Amino acid sequence: MFKFLLKRLALTVPTFVALMFITFVMIRMVPGDPIEVRRGERGISPERLEMLRHEMGLDQPVWKQFLDYVWGILHGDFGTSIISKSPVLHEFLTLFPATIELTFFAMLIAVFVGVPAGVFAAARRGGIFDQTLMGIALTGYSMPIFWWGLLLVLFMSNTLHLTPVSGRVDLIKFYYPQVTGFAIIDSLLSGKPGALADVLRHLILPSIVLGTVPMAVIARMTRSSMLEVLEEDYVRTARAKGLSAWRVVGLHALRNALIPVVVSIGLQVGTLLAGAVLTENIFSWPGVGHWLTQSIARRDYPALQGGILLIATIVIIVNVLVDLTYAAINPRIRYGK
Amino acid sequence: MASEVIATTTASPPSSLRAFWNSFSENRGAVIGMYVVVAIVLIAIFAPVLAPYNPLEQFKGATKLPPFWVQGSDPKYWLGTDAVGRDMLSRLMYGARISLFIGLSVMLVSMVLGVILGLASAFYGGIIDVVIIRIMDLIMAIPSLVLEILIIAITGPSLLNTVIAITIVYLPRYVRLLRASAIAELSKDYVTAAKVSGVGKLRLMLVTVLPNCTAPLIVQAALGISDAILEASGLGFLGLGAQPPTPEWGAMLADTRDLMQSHPWVMALPGLCILITVMAINLMGDGLRDALDPRLRKS
Amino acid sequence: MKSLKIMGAALLLSTMMTGMAQAKSLVYCSEGSPENFTPAMNTTGTSLDAARPVFNQLVQFVPGTTQVEPGLAEKYEVSADGLTLTFHLRKGVKFHSGVNGFTPTRDFNADDVLFSFNRQWKADHPFHKVSGGAFDYFNDMGMPDLLASIEAPDPLTVVMKLKAPNAPILANLAMDFATIQSAEYADFLMKKGTPEQFDQIPVGTGPFSFVEYQKDAVIRFKANPDYWGGKQKVDDLVFAITPDATARYGKMQAGECQIMVAPNPADLDAMSKDGNINLMQQAGLNIGYMAMNAQKPPFDKVEVRKAIAMAIDRDAILKEVYQGAGQKAKNPIPPTMWSYDKDAKDIPYDPAKAAEMLKAAGITSLDTDLWWMPVQRPYNPNAKRMAEMMQADLEKVGIHAKLVSYEWGEYRKRAQAGEHQMALLGWTGDNGDPDNFLAVLLGCKDGKPNANNIPKWCDTKFQDDVNKAVTLTDPAERTKLYVDAQRIVDDQVPWLNVAHSTVFEPVSKKVVGYKVSPLGSHVFTNVDVTE
Repeated sequence: MFKFLLKRLALTVPTFVALMFITFVMIRMVPGDPIEVRRGERGISPERLEMLRHEMGLDQPVWKQFLDYVWGILHGDFGTSIISKSPVLHEFLTLFPATIELTFFAMLIAVFVGVPAGVFAAARRGGIFDQTLMGIALTGYSMPIFWWGLLLVLFMSNTLHLTPVSGRVDLIKFYYPQVTGFAIIDSLLSGKPGALADVLRHLILPSIVLGTVPMAVIARMTRSSMLEVLEEDYVRTARAKGLSAWRVVGLHALRNALIPVVVSIGLQVGTLLAGAVLTENIFSWPGVGHWLTQSIARRDYPALQGGILLIATIVIIVNVLVDLTYAAINPRIRYGK
Repeated sequence: MASEVIATTTASPPSSLRAFWNSFSENRGAVIGMYVVVAIVLIAIFAPVLAPYNPLEQFKGATKLPPFWVQGSDPKYWLGTDAVGRDMLSRLMYGARISLFIGLSVMLVSMVLGVILGLASAFYGGIIDVVIIRIMDLIMAIPSLVLEILIIAITGPSLLNTVIAITIVYLPRYVRLLRASAIAELSKDYVTAAKVSGVGKLRLMLVTVLPNCTAPLIVQAALGISDAILEASGLGFLGLGAQPPTPEWGAMLADTRDLMQSHPWVMALPGLCILITVMAINLMGDGLRDALDPRLRKS
Repeated sequence: MKSLKIMGAALLLSTMMTGMAQAKSLVYCSEGSPENFTPAMNTTGTSLDAARPVFNQLVQFVPGTTQVEPGLAEKYEVSADGLTLTFHLRKGVKFHSGVNGFTPTRDFNADDVLFSFNRQWKADHPFHKVSGGAFDYFNDMGMPDLLASIEAPDPLTVVMKLKAPNAPILANLAMDFATIQSAEYADFLMKKGTPEQFDQIPVGTGPFSFVEYQKDAVIRFKANPDYWGGKQKVDDLVFAITPDATARYGKMQAGECQIMVAPNPADLDAMSKDGNINLMQQAGLNIGYMAMNAQKPPFDKVEVRKAIAMAIDRDAILKEVYQGAGQKAKNPIPPTMWSYDKDAKDIPYDPAKAAEMLKAAGITSLDTDLWWMPVQRPYNPNAKRMAEMMQADLEKVGIHAKLVSYEWGEYRKRAQAGEHQMALLGWTGDNGDPDNFLAVLLGCKDGKPNANNIPKWCDTKFQDDVNKAVTLTDPAERTKLYVDAQRIVDDQVPWLNVAHSTVFEPVSKKVVGYKVSPLGSHVFTNVDVTE
């Protein structure tokens, strides 16, 4: 097991190096440079342009810039955002809690709705219940989430006034300092009655929107996995012994059926982060997805490089963890032959 | 889409085609999905005949009209008009062309490239395998939308670049799928037999092994079309896809985001089109999977 | 480190606040995150708005107007030759205390004024290069060419000498780039070894002091108890950063913010009917235009430019793009500005005549491009829609325009370089002076167009008028020259004047004392919230 872990980790090193190289090269290929972007409607003089370029090291040869960049990363320095002048790692860490909070709740909804739906559908296979649930799951799976988000805002917020439209908390009623960056924890720490409830109210719509696709995937997965397990001999035996259908489903089948589902949940992290880009855009959610799209628009090279690298690192780590879990469950698995 | 499936399946013996069709037609959802897909394909092909107006023509004084079931609509424009007075129905019909074009071209290109790379990876192994798989891992480590945005930022927003960006992002699926199934096939007796009898490597790859990997490939291709359509509409929504005045559904939706509160239907219709198209293809894809995957077929 | 400090300050504040009675908050839904909090380094309205509550200038604009009134200088004199400006500074003005661990030991004085200008002016100033030091406004307003010296004969007097008389100078000094920052705070940070915090955690003399900034989420200020203009009635000022206009409106409806920037024109109708919203408006000091590159044939011909102007139905654009929130423009400067040429004749919409004129100029079919900005601006709420409408109009007279757009920074760069054939752009005035429009947007130097001259059009007669007018002080004489300059523009059509938009700002009915600025800025001084 330990050897497998080492091997798996060693395999991520070249990926990581290549990732650094590719983000660096790709970002430099984007037309326009960060200095040009700063010229307002009023323009910048050519001398000042040169000066700024020099100060940011953009007049250095590209290979030198790359070496500086790698050297910095090895020392935990992901560069400094050109627009805000603060360290990229710091920006990422201030925004990432918002994204984690959003993706966590989206996943929570996805799992707690998706798994039971899949189980019920499998237990009542072919029935009206199954068909309805799977129809809903298919709809969710096929949903353009930006449209879904706008529709929900339109009905839930603008028409019915049930949920807030955007942001993380009502800034007029609740004021609390950002301690951890997680609105849930910070609102609790503030000790203000109602603050937590308000934070949750703000989380509902974005989490539903982001959780829709994973929810559908999990429901479908759980159903087919359950169906497979229900066919297995030990379940048939349990049934033959006269155990009630729900007991069989709940006790015997579910545990085994959930293994592939758990693995698929891990693999959804990348999808969730991609979905977060759209969701954060719709709900003005101050997270990394929103930040990345804005950084592209502003040609903020360091922010983009650092941001993509950090996100990709997270995805890689999660994938390794999923692999490890899988290997632990099923020792026969050996990746890369 | 439909022709694609039939073309690949006719390659197998007729009896298996019959079995496939029997199994497929058992699935009511899949058949409905297929009908809808055929209808959308027909609309896309015959858009110039079917559409009441030119999708780019602006009717002055007839802007932001609602569809026929809402009060204040104009019978001349069934589904109403958009912010500058273009006929919604015509634009949506032409939009089907664009979405299907994106879906099909992404599917074809990434499938062909994926088959080549996946087979090469499985057959040659060693350094080729490592390099290909590392690159695919790399692509998959970056969230799809972020990578697509980056590629489009480099190449500039256009329909073609949308296709390129999504193709790159979807490539790993096909490569990994092909590689895994090819490796599985390679260990089977019939391949060993072919090898022993001196069949050339290329022939072995394309003629002996590839046909046995088609079932999962077809399923992946069907689902790949709908995913590509979704992804492209997301890019269109962010303003990075087809450029104005092209009637792309995602872009149409984004253009009217400012009218969301005052004229919701202008925003609702393109989204509905995306949903229906993607759903129909997915339904059909599910049917294909159930029909082609013998393990699921019996259960 | 920095965040820890802010956190500490915020914690302290929150413990203080729990002890207090219900604090009064004013929440403003803004568009985006500021780049930093030093106005002199910024050019975008979003960034300038975010720093404004903290600071003052020597002179300032009367809220809601372009008139200049005393600020940190309680009075000022201009010499008869217009070359010397003397500012008498206000006594006993305090800088904010307790922000970022800084406690001022002295009141505001001439050192702070010298610091603020020299930082921008002198390349060897210790703070000139801190934070990348781009002082675009200072340079663009021609300050380096204009200033001869700035001196302080005594701690409460500042004398500014100019190289040439300049009519708009006082209005320029009321702009954000002329903000006065604390020299003592700069020293404090320099000693601490963190000079870049100077532009991140602002300390000023303004009505509100900085509390906390969370990127893409919120900026918080609290009332400055020692403000020289009197303590503000609201305790907290909050900027809720909400990039999407529809979301901002939603927050307004939910009562989560009380003032919002840039509403969707399409929502204005509903807003005006909303019982809780007071939809404030003011004619904006702006122009949205469609420039035709006079250096590229066939746009070098006046008849072609005129024909194109005639082919475009601006009434339809006003209706669908501005949704009525604007007026059709016939001059390059807005009608609320002095020297506006009321008698100018507008170009009529006449596609038939346009086609005829084009034919006479030898054009029956032309492939060209039309650029649209990727962002919403006060002078153009939806450039994409405008471009689509213009494209359809031009198609009817045989001009096939391809729509082109780039990322906003890239767009400005390419348009300034003259790569376009036709391009949409616009301008919001900075100081209410016609020079700020005519010289900046259509001016040339030595026969070569300025960067901001997007039509790339030069005219010697026009240039003479504008150059002369800026050195005069008599408004009547200046008016005469500017009217003449406008006539030349109207005759030559370097661009199609599209519209002057009306600036709308939905404000909660609970808010009193708020005024919409024609300059597009947002000022929260002396604004109150009633329950």
